[in-house]
Amino acid sequence: MTKRSLAGAACGLMLASAGSIFAGAALAQEKAIKVGVLTDMSGPYGDVGGAGSAVAAQMAIEDSGMLAKGWKIDLISADHQNKADVGSNLAREWIDQGKADVFLDLLTSSVALAVNQIVKEKNKVALISGAASSDLTGKACSPNSIHWTYDTFSQANSTGKAITKAGGDSWYFVTADYAFGKALERDTTTVVTANGGKVIGNAMAPLNNADFSSQLLQAQSSKAKVVGLANAGADTANSIKQAAEFGLTQGGQKLAALLMFITDVNALGLPAAQGLEFTESFYWDLNDKTRDFANRYSKRVKNGAKPTMVQAGVYSSLIHYLKAVETLGPTTDGAAIVSTMKSMPTDDEAMGKGYIRQDGRKIHPVYLLQVKKPSESKYPWDYASVVATIPGEEAFRPLAQSECPLVTK
Amino acid sequence: MTDIAPRAPAPHASAPSAKTSTELLAIAGLALALAAAPLAAYPFFLAQALCLALFACAFNLLVGFGGLLSFGHAMFYGSASYVAAHAAKVWGLPPEAAILAGTLGAGLLGLASGALSIRSQGIYFSMITLALAQLVYFIALQSPYTHGEDGVQAVPRGKLFGLIDLSNDVTLYYVVLAIFLFGLFSIYRIVHSPFGTVLKAIRENETRAISLGYRVDQYKLAAFVLSATLAGLAGATKAIVAQSATLTDVHWTTSGEVILMTLVGGMGTMVGPVFGAFIILAMQNYLSTFGQWVMVIQGAIFVISVLSFRRGLIGEISNRFKISL
Repeated sequence: MTKRSLAGAACGLMLASAGSIFAGAALAQEKAIKVGVLTDMSGPYGDVGGAGSAVAAQMAIEDSGMLAKGWKIDLISADHQNKADVGSNLAREWIDQGKADVFLDLLTSSVALAVNQIVKEKNKVALISGAASSDLTGKACSPNSIHWTYDTFSQANSTGKAITKAGGDSWYFVTADYAFGKALERDTTTVVTANGGKVIGNAMAPLNNADFSSQLLQAQSSKAKVVGLANAGADTANSIKQAAEFGLTQGGQKLAALLMFITDVNALGLPAAQGLEFTESFYWDLNDKTRDFANRYSKRVKNGAKPTMVQAGVYSSLIHYLKAVETLGPTTDGAAIVSTMKSMPTDDEAMGKGYIRQDGRKIHPVYLLQVKKPSESKYPWDYASVVATIPGEEAFRPLAQSECPLVTK
Repeated sequence: MTDIAPRAPAPHASAPSAKTSTELLAIAGLALALAAAPLAAYPFFLAQALCLALFACAFNLLVGFGGLLSFGHAMFYGSASYVAAHAAKVWGLPPEAAILAGTLGAGLLGLASGALSIRSQGIYFSMITLALAQLVYFIALQSPYTHGEDGVQAVPRGKLFGLIDLSNDVTLYYVVLAIFLFGLFSIYRIVHSPFGTVLKAIRENETRAISLGYRVDQYKLAAFVLSATLAGLAGATKAIVAQSATLTDVHWTTSGEVILMTLVGGMGTMVGPVFGAFIILAMQNYLSTFGQWVMVIQGAIFVISVLSFRRGLIGEISNRFKISL
């Protein structure tokens, strides 16, 4: 008896623990949209996207005015920890359990590339704002995704070009050792050589690295005029701080942060960051509309931060997605939604007017910014001035060079 | 290692035949429950959980029955995962061949690392396995075949034996369940073979085993290789299930997690690690909203389980009712 009851108890326990992760796919309902924000909530890119991206998505849902028209829009967000396996498992789970039809943010290129494949397989939509790799509209392009905010090509093409033309003709890279870093280094190398510069070498650093001394010393001894930081988020802030400790700039080398966000400037502080040139697709202090958007956003986040271009991109992409779904009527056919999105011009408070190309690249102006001196900063978050505005057609990779199979040449 | 190895159930508590029959009953009950599980839970999650459960059982074979605490078992799980992913994606092998390739790869790695590490005992053994696992991690980070932080992605699931389409999650789950039960039953047979008995003798008193004429190093090495191979089977299956092999699989935290699963479930019991794996995974899934606090909560649960039920969940039940599970 004991044996049997014990085996029974074992079965029961097993079922209980298994059943706890309850599935049950919800049926597709009329006029319902499920939005999923998949981002880095706690890691090195937490400030760039993170909770702020969920806030931006919530703002887009409210601003779309669709709630008043009887649409039911659910928002879910989670931390993918910058791990491709965690991200793809979450994406698969959300799709299979009916928790998300559209994926937003997708910081970190390795995660975005992984989620991209699942979204394509299951015919949902991925609106990539956080990830940078230009492969997302190149050889990895998909009829189910749009690369919204920026990419490694546009970053290289503006910061890289500006610095090389200003005399920085020999480069050494400190590169984040994954899809994004490699793509950024590759695209910057192309721009540097095209403008008459040369690349001396590179040093790889893992994601979320704490100690850049080895890489920075190699960069220092390379005697390159420019040390290009092909990394992002906390890694960029750390490498800039540590470069100051090693006296790289005092030794006559110039630092080029190839991907820097407004939150990184905030983390570094103006005394450490002043003079750095960086490229953004969105700056909060551009015009009345962006200021209004940024102020509304600031009131809703904990530390009153201004939105980064990633967060602005999340807002902008969701606004456009919702417009497309409203036009189409209730549907979960991802490819159809994306093709409608491509056929409509984009216009929103955060990123202004633009359009989406057939390879899934969203086109809009890109701004070359310079960090202000502490004396020039007049109010909180007054961190940068616009050096140049690069029109979208010039900033992004021309369609003719695209490896994307969707492009009909 | 004897200080952390569980005391064997009191002699004469149950006759050997009764002991094995309760273990078989427990395995059968588990199999029944798992066969019904997709009705209640998400099959993709269950399939992944089963891979981890098999991994924990393989680890338990070494620590629970051999008394060898490896702190680097993720190297077998992870390397098998990479080999299987590479085999399926780049070489285009069918899933069964890819899983076999991964399993064999882990077995060979187990032979090499086992030969090096079993020469030491106790904490030194653990540290050498950890060091070897870190070497494997570094290779996975730098090698062009593993794609660093990106990992191997979009691994095709393919068709098992050219017939069964694995793209359906439920089908996949039952295939994984079959692999899992094969692994668990293998462990059962190993533990109850004369080899397993000698292994337990070595765990309890190595000097006496030597004095009885057993070549303990060979026994330990064999146990190490078997455990590595089964861990590899779990890892290779995971690569097909999740369609990816990433650094997480070879990271030391995975080695730590498998220890946690085994201890919480019940070290040295047959089905304990399976329960341990499900408990830890359910916890991670439930508590994922707490973000980084999951680690702290896990740690607290680990401390509580070590302080208040040292034999683990199934170990305590087994001890209370004087039966072997």
